[in-house]
Amino acid sequence: MTLTKQEWKTLEDKAHSLRKLILDTTRCAGGGHIGGCLSIIDIMTALYYKEMHFDPKKYDDPDRDRCIVSKGHAGIATACLFSDLGLIDPAELKSYNKTGSRLNVHLDSKKIPGLDASTGSLGHGSAMALGMALAAKMSNRSYKTYVLLGDGECDEGSVWESAMATAHFKATNLITIVDRNYNMIDGKTEDVMSLEPFADKWAAFGFDVKVIDGHDFRQICDAIEYAKLAQDKPVVIIANTVKGNGISYMAGNYKWHHGSIDEEKYTIGMNDLEKYHQEKLALIEKEGK
Amino acid sequence: MTHFADFVQREQIKAPTIEGFGKELCVLGETNDKIVGLAADLAGSTKVNLFGAKFPDRYFNVGIAEQNMFGIAAGLAKCGYIPFATTFSVFASLRALDQIHTDICYQNLNVKIVGTHGGTSFGTGGSTHHAIEDFAVIRSLANMTLICPADMQETALATRAAVNHYGPYYIRLNRGTNPVIYNTDDYGFAVGKAVKLAEGKDATIIACGSCVYQALKASEILEKEGISVCVLNMHTIKPIDKDAILSAIKDTGVIVTAEDHTVIGGLGSAVADVIAENGAGVKFKKLGIQDVFSPMGAPDDLLAIHGINDKGIAEAVKKLL
Repeated sequence: MTLTKQEWKTLEDKAHSLRKLILDTTRCAGGGHIGGCLSIIDIMTALYYKEMHFDPKKYDDPDRDRCIVSKGHAGIATACLFSDLGLIDPAELKSYNKTGSRLNVHLDSKKIPGLDASTGSLGHGSAMALGMALAAKMSNRSYKTYVLLGDGECDEGSVWESAMATAHFKATNLITIVDRNYNMIDGKTEDVMSLEPFADKWAAFGFDVKVIDGHDFRQICDAIEYAKLAQDKPVVIIANTVKGNGISYMAGNYKWHHGSIDEEKYTIGMNDLEKYHQEKLALIEKEGK
Repeated sequence: MTHFADFVQREQIKAPTIEGFGKELCVLGETNDKIVGLAADLAGSTKVNLFGAKFPDRYFNVGIAEQNMFGIAAGLAKCGYIPFATTFSVFASLRALDQIHTDICYQNLNVKIVGTHGGTSFGTGGSTHHAIEDFAVIRSLANMTLICPADMQETALATRAAVNHYGPYYIRLNRGTNPVIYNTDDYGFAVGKAVKLAEGKDATIIACGSCVYQALKASEILEKEGISVCVLNMHTIKPIDKDAILSAIKDTGVIVTAEDHTVIGGLGSAVADVIAENGAGVKFKKLGIQDVFSPMGAPDDLLAIHGINDKGIAEAVKKLL
């Protein structure tokens, strides 16, 4: 196992504070794509606080690892994380979605330092990430590029165009992670447009597929460490996640793709997140090494 | 009396327009190791294969996947490369428009797009392969520069200029050959500056691409009838050369535009914007494809059908006078 007990706890504590910040920011913003923010925040926490070679003070270092959140509607998750990294003033989160703010639903890479791409129209991130990965190869740089896809996003044909090309060009320095939360705007992924057999599809496109629990830091970090060593085939990590993870009334409910938070929902949500975190801490105590 | 500029080629010679791009890119690649060639299974048609043969380490053919190509181009540009992403103009401007809009223009990235087989130049291909809306679509994108060179020489110059011009940049080229317009490469090509090819006082023809040669021929026809016509090569459709248009209004008072493109949203519309916003009372006609899908046929025949060959342009000028 890659993670020590202390590392695991550090990541859980960080993710907990970010979940609370996401709930608070969504409330201030008058609504947001909170379901999908909560499904990816563990993965993003693992990337930025453990796995990526990324120093916020040198966010434009040409040798830094890149990360594109292709499901750009998770902008609140990225902004909250970036505020914790010091790339955005935490006080600025209160301006979310206000006219004139640089923080809105889909973030603008020209305005946010360290944000590797503007995303929002789905199915774009993996091709841009492949361009960055090919650039690394051409310039003999050792950085990795990560792309985080939504599972519903994988309905887009362009995802598979770039998947085909990633395997063809043996871009093993590109690590694809799919947030498999099984929900999209209009319903369950398997009801709206079935993705299964999902892992087989990626395998057929030439990927080495790792299926993990996207809310278990041990599995997330192990899978990323494994992907970093890829030689012949690029790795895709299918992270099984829960939309609205940690909040009782949201968890697994497609209707929380987007929603707004009133005082009652805020109070329940904060209590739920606290409870969720305590359960995680108990697990760390029991299984951490 | 029409007076042609010194640098206008008087004898008709034809040259393959797209090769002007492919060969120049190879020259540029010698001194600029940031240039990358991208193809989507049309490398031989867009002539980016010449670059690929010379610089295989900086060349990627992504197969028939234009959206992927433009996304990759954006990623490469984010890392400091200057990708030249090439395909037919109809696929660049329509199939992959979302990527050009969001990945390239919104992020204001240094991506060069080469859209070949522009207008009706792949005449027998039919409307699936004609690009008659590309100006309208591409011109509307913020941060974008749009160039439609008149011949092979100008194509090479537009390619060279692309590397020295930061930002999204679209070159629209003809399939096949175009008559050579210039007898030198030293005529002062500059992005956003129209080139006056003929002096005249009765009317001005503003043209781009394959219609430039037709405009010159039209001016010869009209000259024989005692009508003196100014010809402007408006190779840059965006940003449009307002000063050149305003001078033409002042000097001649009659403007005809000619383009191998729908009359909605292209060169003619860009010129009309300048006329209207300056409150200039001027006799004006937009020549091009009149809001129809073009029939298929030989490219020269199609220019005639759409009234954008020499005779059609000359007739249009006479009607306005």
